[in-house]
Amino acid sequence: MNCYLGVDIGSISTKGVIIDENNNIITSSYIWTEGNPVNAVKKLVNILKNNLDKKYVVKGIGTTGSARKLIGLLLDANVVKNEIMAHAIGTLSIYPDVKTILEIGGQDSKIILLNNGIITDYAMNTLCAAGTGSFLSSQAKRLNINIEDFGPLALKSNNPVKIAARCTVFAESDLIHKAQVGYKKEDIVAGLCKSIVLNYLNNVGKGKNIKSPVIFQGGVSKNLGVLKYFKEILNTDVIVDPNSHLMGALGIAILAKKNSIGKTYDLNIQNISFDTKAIDCGGCSNNCELLKIFKDNKLIDIWGNRCDKFIKN
Amino acid sequence: MGDYYVPAKYLLNKIVAADILVAPLITAKTIELGSKYSPDFVCTPFKYTLGTMIEALDEGANILIQFGGGCRYGYYSELQEQILKDLGYKFELLNLVTNGKANIKRIYKMIKRIDKKFNIFKGLYYLFITIKMVKYMDKIDDYIRKNIGFEINKGSFSNLKQEMLEKFTLVNNPFSLYILYKKYFNKFKKIKINKPKDCLKVGIIGELYTLMEPFSNYYLEKELAAYNIELKRFTNVTYLLLKFKKINKKALKKSKKYMKYQFSADASSNVYWTKYLCDKKYDGIIHIKSSFCTPEIGVMPILDKIANENNVPLIHFSFDANTSEVGIKTRLEAFYDMIEMRRK
Repeated sequence: MNCYLGVDIGSISTKGVIIDENNNIITSSYIWTEGNPVNAVKKLVNILKNNLDKKYVVKGIGTTGSARKLIGLLLDANVVKNEIMAHAIGTLSIYPDVKTILEIGGQDSKIILLNNGIITDYAMNTLCAAGTGSFLSSQAKRLNINIEDFGPLALKSNNPVKIAARCTVFAESDLIHKAQVGYKKEDIVAGLCKSIVLNYLNNVGKGKNIKSPVIFQGGVSKNLGVLKYFKEILNTDVIVDPNSHLMGALGIAILAKKNSIGKTYDLNIQNISFDTKAIDCGGCSNNCELLKIFKDNKLIDIWGNRCDKFIKN
Repeated sequence: MGDYYVPAKYLLNKIVAADILVAPLITAKTIELGSKYSPDFVCTPFKYTLGTMIEALDEGANILIQFGGGCRYGYYSELQEQILKDLGYKFELLNLVTNGKANIKRIYKMIKRIDKKFNIFKGLYYLFITIKMVKYMDKIDDYIRKNIGFEINKGSFSNLKQEMLEKFTLVNNPFSLYILYKKYFNKFKKIKINKPKDCLKVGIIGELYTLMEPFSNYYLEKELAAYNIELKRFTNVTYLLLKFKKINKKALKKSKKYMKYQFSADASSNVYWTKYLCDKKYDGIIHIKSSFCTPEIGVMPILDKIANENNVPLIHFSFDANTSEVGIKTRLEAFYDMIEMRRK
């Protein structure tokens, strides 16, 4: 039977799903990227391969997320697409009538507005990472709380503190200040969750007409505190799918299915040596940072060049 | 700024007896130099032009020319002059526009000081040719923008344009310039393209420097053309030199619903053009500006409102000295996916 692999390589976590012809998830996995997308994907694909029944053959591979291009080369993917499209397609396959998708990931956050299954508008964060998962996780580390316990702790608070969340640097000093003057930990954690929501709505969601059904996804959607304040501030129900963290991977798997070129992939990538080498071109005063990509010690691509001068030489 | 150095050099070469240096092409080094000596929160064109000035001075220039007016641009030349003098450069800066006005008598005196033999009639004659040249260039560019996304042989448009610009600099009278223009327009029309009738169309509006200097917008037009999109851009030097007042007035009249007073620089025109693009059923609008550009920030809510009312997607891009190129590419790709999906 045919199946399709979708991989979503984010800044913090790497997600993978394998779907069948009817978009049902056969197997999935979620692991930390740990700053090394190539190793993370090798690990991920190995897990997926071991969980996959022998009767399935992989007929398409799609990659999305910030490392989509690199991993697309590694896996020889037939589709490499941005996260916005992948998230929209993935969500639509489960909630065909979705109107708004709120997504908060590790390094970026976005809002996607849809109408009749078509993306009508989107926005991505431009300012900084203040409203994203990496800020939450760094603060959790600083407060010595497991990121998984963050949400339940926030729910305990009835009085979230106000935090200047415009920018991570200010937010952090505000957090420290609030802790030093004696606010309780749960109030601080709740305030942090609330500030993420306010920041998101003020930056990414500014001027956007948020209609229900609203779906909330990305890693941060697993945080019950953030979800609570989204519901409270938007004054509407916000749905979090049990697979909310996998939507991007699911979407790109569906796109890989749609664009399948009939090629059969094996998932033995453990032994492929995949290497990158960064050099400064020096050909002119642009001094482009070039990244050479080697697969099995063979140069397969060069990125970062503004002209063809270097490639010709 | 883009290819406009060609007519500018042509004019100066013809009218003053001085060595005209063309500033080196803008590269990463230009903006690095410019950012180093600029106030951090100044609008980005300041950094680019300051960087260009430093590079030109390092190559031996001793007279610099700057314009000014409209917005914060009006303070550029005084501030840049001070910064450069503090850095120890010796030069003279000719500011052709002061208090928002180009005083012909003042400019005449300035040129006379550089070149005692300067002849005003010769000057005006070549100014006329130069303005014509800019007009023709802009017309050709308009055609290129519509079709370059569909060229069959990559580079055929840009190569022909380079050839045309070289020929342009050799003319000495308006008539032969006109003949050349006609000849090349025909050549452009003969370039083989593969353009479907219902191709995607995108309008690009925004702040003038960022629009016209491709380096500063990370080659956005090239990037878009690669997606097989027909592009429309209103802002060019013809508009700035000849149509600015007229269009600004028209903009205010036609956009009464959205604004009561004129915005500075060409922000009012952008309001008008947004409505125009919506009415003409463009698939999307891209609004670009340099970071901290006050007039454009002022009209952003209005542009969003117009786009919302007409159900046309509009995105904003702010370019700074250290914008992430990858971030721009992701957003552009998503924008293309969206307008393509909406079509279906």
